[in-house]
Formats: sequence, structure tokens, C-alpha cells
Amino acid sequence: MQDNNWRILTRPLIDDNPLTLQILGICSALAVTTSLDTALLMSLVVVCVLAFGSGSVSLIRNHIPHSVRIIVQITIIATLVIVVDQVLQAYAFELSKRLSVFVGLIITNCIVLGRAESFAMHNGFVASTLDGIGNGLGYSLILVIVGAIREFFGKGSLLNVQILIPTSQGGSFEPLHLMLLPPSAFFIIGGIIWFIRRKRPQQVEKAEFTLRTREQEPK
Amino acid sequence: MSEAIAKDSTPRALAVALTVAFICGLLVSVVAVQLRPIHKANIEAERIAQLELVLAALSDIGRAQSIENLEARIVVLASGDFDDNLDPATFDAEKAAARPATSVAIPADLDLAGLKRRALYAPVYLVRGSNQQVDLIILPVSGRGYQSTLRAWLVMDGDTQTVRALKFYQHGETPGVGARIEEPEWEAQWRDLRAFDDAGVLRIGVRLQAGGALSDDAEYQVDGISGATRTTQGVDGMMRFWLGEFGFAKFLQRLREEQF
Repeated sequence: MQDNNWRILTRPLIDDNPLTLQILGICSALAVTTSLDTALLMSLVVVCVLAFGSGSVSLIRNHIPHSVRIIVQITIIATLVIVVDQVLQAYAFELSKRLSVFVGLIITNCIVLGRAESFAMHNGFVASTLDGIGNGLGYSLILVIVGAIREFFGKGSLLNVQILIPTSQGGSFEPLHLMLLPPSAFFIIGGIIWFIRRKRPQQVEKAEFTLRTREQEPK
Repeated sequence: MSEAIAKDSTPRALAVALTVAFICGLLVSVVAVQLRPIHKANIEAERIAQLELVLAALSDIGRAQSIENLEARIVVLASGDFDDNLDPATFDAEKAAARPATSVAIPADLDLAGLKRRALYAPVYLVRGSNQQVDLIILPVSGRGYQSTLRAWLVMDGDTQTVRALKFYQHGETPGVGARIEEPEWEAQWRDLRAFDDAGVLRIGVRLQAGGALSDDAEYQVDGISGATRTTQGVDGMMRFWLGEFGFAKFLQRLREEQF
């Protein structure tokens, strides 16, 4: 049992990562990773919402009628997101302004609803909460890596501490402005996916369709 | 479980949906009400911080760079007079606008800012120069944007004719579109913009179509933001309302007469 719980918690980190294997939650991963501090705060929020969301759905899973299950799940998730958003606006006002709508958009983050529907509806409270935390941490891991790379190469800083001095201030570092734009997150996430699948070839998907070569062309 | 209240029956589904909705609604309401004082304090701090930013940017004109050096006064909007019986430090303009006793309905044809009611009084800040002449006049303005109420500081020159700055401190417009009203590039357009022509007619506004630059009003107008028509219309209405007859026009006129 102990072993099983540990597996539920750690599997989503690399082996079953929601971002790199299931390719979910990409939108927010592009938007909030321009700097490390927003990526960290977003990670924290998603971990909280996933843990409490999966936990509460699991608690009432035997009472949720099949016909309204998605709406009940979304209501619970939306409630949690609004509560977290309100707390952020009260206690982390500056950062919450920079995250702007993306905290609210966690409601539509496929990872949260996906875990509630596919895992929490069929598993107990402890397992579901651990699964939520695990998936949140898996998402966070990628977010933090992407955020760190983008902030470091885009601004020469980490957590707003200047490490490389840009040329505009007399240093020798030329900031890569592309890193601050959304496409760079695609490149970085793509690179991470490539790296993981190289190390874990079992994650590589079989091609569903291959183009015919000239030799296979019917005569 | 009896057949009558089977898990997938309609009454059961309704009951579960209503219970979940009730509990979730209660939770959200409690949190929102509990945290409201902190939200308000945050917004107030933001308001002051933005004003200080404006003052810092205009430090070549004004002597008073910190908010303590500002002369806070309450203005009776209908007459343009100061009312020194009210304490500017405790005056809550938003609350005053909401109460029937301290506010007045705006006639529909004058309600360019879409506010419906405005308070009878408004707090203003004056920055005085070395020989006591007014260098800057700082006015709170607000108006309906696309999906939120826009609130901003309008800084007028002591000549009461020229806009020195417009700084938004609160809005809920679409990020990346309407929210660009608070970008420095857009706000910079409001620096040293004439609001009235030589005849004293209010001409200020936001250009909304291409080619508008050729019109007679070009020197009194700033460029709108493409894709954010409703927001920029809101800013346009807000400026024309607050500098107009039902806004601060009487006060500015009075200040002008006193000075010259």
C-alpha cells in the first residue's frame, strides 16, 4: 500500500507527466513561464487546486450521479480556483496582477478536470489527493524548468536577481528577446519532450499513419 | 439504496447538484466577504503608488514629489467651489457615488462615461509651485470600459488647459487588448495634450478610425488601440465627461479665474 501510494505520487513526475506525455495544460505553460517567480506561484496554485479538487471529488464520488458528474466536478474545481484567486489577490497582489487571467483559467485546465474524471471518480480519498499532488508537481516541474530557462536567457536573471548584466547596462550579455515570447516555450517544452523520450523510449508513440514511399506506390 | 432514489434518477441528480452548488456558493461568498477589506487596502495602496509614479514622472514641473506634500481638497462639482468642511483623508468617493443622499443622477445625454450617478463632491490634489501658484491639478476620473469600470488619475497643468498625464490604477479590461491602456507607450500620448481650444471648447478625445489624424481635432486627440474599440471609446467618454460641464469644468474654470 505504501509502495503503491508512493508510485501514485511520483509516476506523474516523469513517467506519466501531464505536460510532456499527455500534452495537457500547454496554454498556461506558455503564458506564465516568462519568469521563474510567476511559474512558481502558478505551480503552487495548480498543486493546491489539483490536490483539493481530486480529494473532494473522490470524497463524494459515490454520490455523484453519472449524468451530472462533469458539472459537479467543474463546480468544485471552479470554487477552488476562485477561492485561491481571491487569496492571491489579498496576499500576493503584485504577482496575481502578473498572472492576470491565468489563475482563473485553471478552471479550464485539462489536467485538473482530467484527473478528477479519470482518477478521482474511481479511487479513494488518499490515493486521489496524492494523484492530484503528483500531477501538480509534474506540471510544476516542467513549468519551473521552462520558467528558469526563459527568465535566464530572456532577461539574464533568476527570480528577479540579475545574474548576467545586459549590454544595455554596460555588460556583455545580449538578452534573447525571443525567450520572453510564447513561441520559445513551445521550443523548450518540445526539447524537454524529446529529451525525456530519448531517455525513456517506451514513451515514444507509434506513428498512426505513415506516408507511402514511391516504391509502395501501386503500379 | 432503494430503487426510488437510484443514483442516476433525476431527483437524485437535482439534489446532488443543488447541494454541491449551495456549498460551493457559500464557500466562495464567505471567502470573498472575508477578504474584501484586504483587497480594498491593496487597491488603495496601488492607487497611491500609481499617483506617486505620475508625480515622479512629472518631477520637472511639480515641487511636491511625495503624496504628503500634495494639497488635498474637496470640490463641490456643481459649483466648482472648495468645501473645506469635508476631510479629504476620509472621503470615500465610491461610497458617496453609490448613496442617493451624496450623489446625483447624470442626465442620460451627458452620461458619456456610462456612470449613471456621480458623487456631489470629488477629492482633488493640487501641487503648488514656489510662489503658491498651482503647478499641477490631479483629478480622479472613472468611466465604463468594455467589461469593467476604468479608474485613473488625470493630471492637468496649472494652466487648466493642458493634460499632463493620465494614469490608470484600476480596471478589468482584457489582458493584451483593452488592458494596454496602462502601457507606458499608450499613456505617453496623454503627455502635454491640449484639452480645450482657444475658444474654451472641449476638444479632447481618442481617435477611433484610420484617417482621423487629418481631422480638425487631431491636435487634441490620441490614437485609439486597435482591437480595443470599446475600451478606447470608454476612455474617450470618460475624458469628455470629467472635463465637461457635469465633471470638473466649473472647478477648472474657477481655478483659472482665481489665478489670472
